[in-house]
Amino acid sequence: MQLSNSKYTQPDDLGFFGEFGGAFVPELLRPNLTELEDSFNKFKNDPTFVKEYLELLNHYVGRPTPLYFSKKLSHKHECSVYLKREDLNHTGAHKINNAIGQLLIAKRMGKTQIVAETGAGQHGVATATACALMNIECIVFMGEKDIERQAPNVKRMEFLGAKIIPATSGSKTLKDATNEAIRYWINNPSSYYLIGSVVGPHPYPEMVALFQSVISKEIKTQLNKQTGKSIPTKVVACVGGGSNAAGAFFEFYEENVELIAVEASGHGLHSGKSAATSILGTPGVLHGSMTILMQDKHGQVTEPHSISAGLDYPGIGPLHAFSIDEGRTKSIPITDQEALIAAKELSRTEGIIPALESAHALAALEKINSSKDDIIIVNLSGRGDKDMETYLNDE
Amino acid sequence: MNLFNKNKKQLSIFITAGYPMINSINEQLNLLEEHGVDFVEVGIPFSDPLADGPVIQESSSVAINNGMNLSILFEQLKDRNSTLPILLMGYLNPVLNFGITKFLKNCNALNITSVILPDLSLEIYERLYRKQFEAYGVYPSFLITPSTDETRVKRTADICKNSFVYLVSNNATTGGQKNIGEKQLLSYRQIKTICGKTPVFVGFGIQSKSDVEAVQSVVDGAIIGSSYLKKLARNEHEKYLSSICS
Repeated sequence: MQLSNSKYTQPDDLGFFGEFGGAFVPELLRPNLTELEDSFNKFKNDPTFVKEYLELLNHYVGRPTPLYFSKKLSHKHECSVYLKREDLNHTGAHKINNAIGQLLIAKRMGKTQIVAETGAGQHGVATATACALMNIECIVFMGEKDIERQAPNVKRMEFLGAKIIPATSGSKTLKDATNEAIRYWINNPSSYYLIGSVVGPHPYPEMVALFQSVISKEIKTQLNKQTGKSIPTKVVACVGGGSNAAGAFFEFYEENVELIAVEASGHGLHSGKSAATSILGTPGVLHGSMTILMQDKHGQVTEPHSISAGLDYPGIGPLHAFSIDEGRTKSIPITDQEALIAAKELSRTEGIIPALESAHALAALEKINSSKDDIIIVNLSGRGDKDMETYLNDE
Repeated sequence: MNLFNKNKKQLSIFITAGYPMINSINEQLNLLEEHGVDFVEVGIPFSDPLADGPVIQESSSVAINNGMNLSILFEQLKDRNSTLPILLMGYLNPVLNFGITKFLKNCNALNITSVILPDLSLEIYERLYRKQFEAYGVYPSFLITPSTDETRVKRTADICKNSFVYLVSNNATTGGQKNIGEKQLLSYRQIKTICGKTPVFVGFGIQSKSDVEAVQSVVDGAIIGSSYLKKLARNEHEKYLSSICS
């Protein structure tokens, strides 16, 4: 695969992006991580591996996804707005790009069992799907509370043959599902832990970003074909852990492109019910990496809030923590209400029902100063079927 | 002087600060000293204890709800009467949040010469923190497992020469059920040989007096955590201590 030469996507030998990242894990996990890192480094440059990955993205996932010029949004914001349609991927979101890539690595490592965590269930569904395709056993940890809130995705995963294990510790949400998945991996080192975002210990952030980089690679080619220009002026993406943003920004870190990470500010930035980690958080260690965290004054990790289950993670990928800290990426907070309005607007004007997560990115268009020469790409990371109940309740 | 290097086989107990009550610590330390425990690991509770099984997770969550934090813990430890060596054990985040320098100053003032930070690797410790820790006379103890390779065991033993090597009994989270058999004991003995003068203690899953004796027959001592906390929850800990320490 075409690798990165940017310090924002290529960590140092211990997995650090600046002061963020690294592998802060108990010694018990060291052999697992070393084995994974060796395999990842071997296969990312292996032509047979890359060919198989790209063919599956093409014929199974349905890539390339369209880069769609939105007349309505362009007219409204008096610039050119394009939507990168990750919602049109198989399973309805960008998560499958990563699940397929990691499963191909797991298969080559001879693994026969996959363990994953999921919050809203999108990564769980993508993992269960890829496991079904490749005939590998799949175990998904999901917070007890999320199992209740995201029942349709639980059923999808089960129908695909995955086993769902409720995480009953702590706050019983994504953070705890991640803890449980990591504990399971400690106790079952022969399994493969398939993390769903650009979080966790090295080499996960680098690896997940690379598997999602297909998004920005396609944007470049498609934009060039449609406009003759090879780069946009701005790229906008929502950030929970930040995998779709990492993919959408990947090719543009070293270009003159403004990168905008949209975070969920829930009921309002200072309402106490927010998930705007990069603005409200402070440096700390969670799930194996140094990053920016929502935590109390004693260093206990707190439970964030967002109407979108994909954005209420208390951390942020270390590569985003680094690039936001350096001022390379700008972050914009969007409330629950602003996201709901943007979701309805896109549905009614373009006939596209976006996921609540992606609706946050769309809502940021209202807050970005643009001129008529601007070419803005919004990464539409997923479709809104899973959020219909929330949308209808808001009517 | 290494407080953990003695001419006898040792037993250490892990307790969670703030468990079962916010101010249990000094009473616990006195009790453990009375029973002849050699040193105590005091756990700093954390919301996301990755390497811990259900018992220690539960004790952490109770302690956090009780209001335990590092400032309170250091205050309580100032009042301790017990002369038992103690070390602090906890995940890195609460320590970073408290401030590394402030943390080390407190340890130094309280004669705490070692800490165990299970999510801090040797590599990151050497790159970011070693100079600072050693300047305050704090020498972390690092974890290894029976599958750690010889080069790394040596390197760990060298860094831990003023504390000890914490040998995890098996590749599993704390409190797992296992039997320590001949095969394990043989590998512990080999690790002890590689570690030379650096003390080696085995922990994770140690439950009974026979576990303790088995482990003591090949390394410097045993560490009990989950089993003790389980008894403490049922108020059967004194009886348990008597049986373990007799």
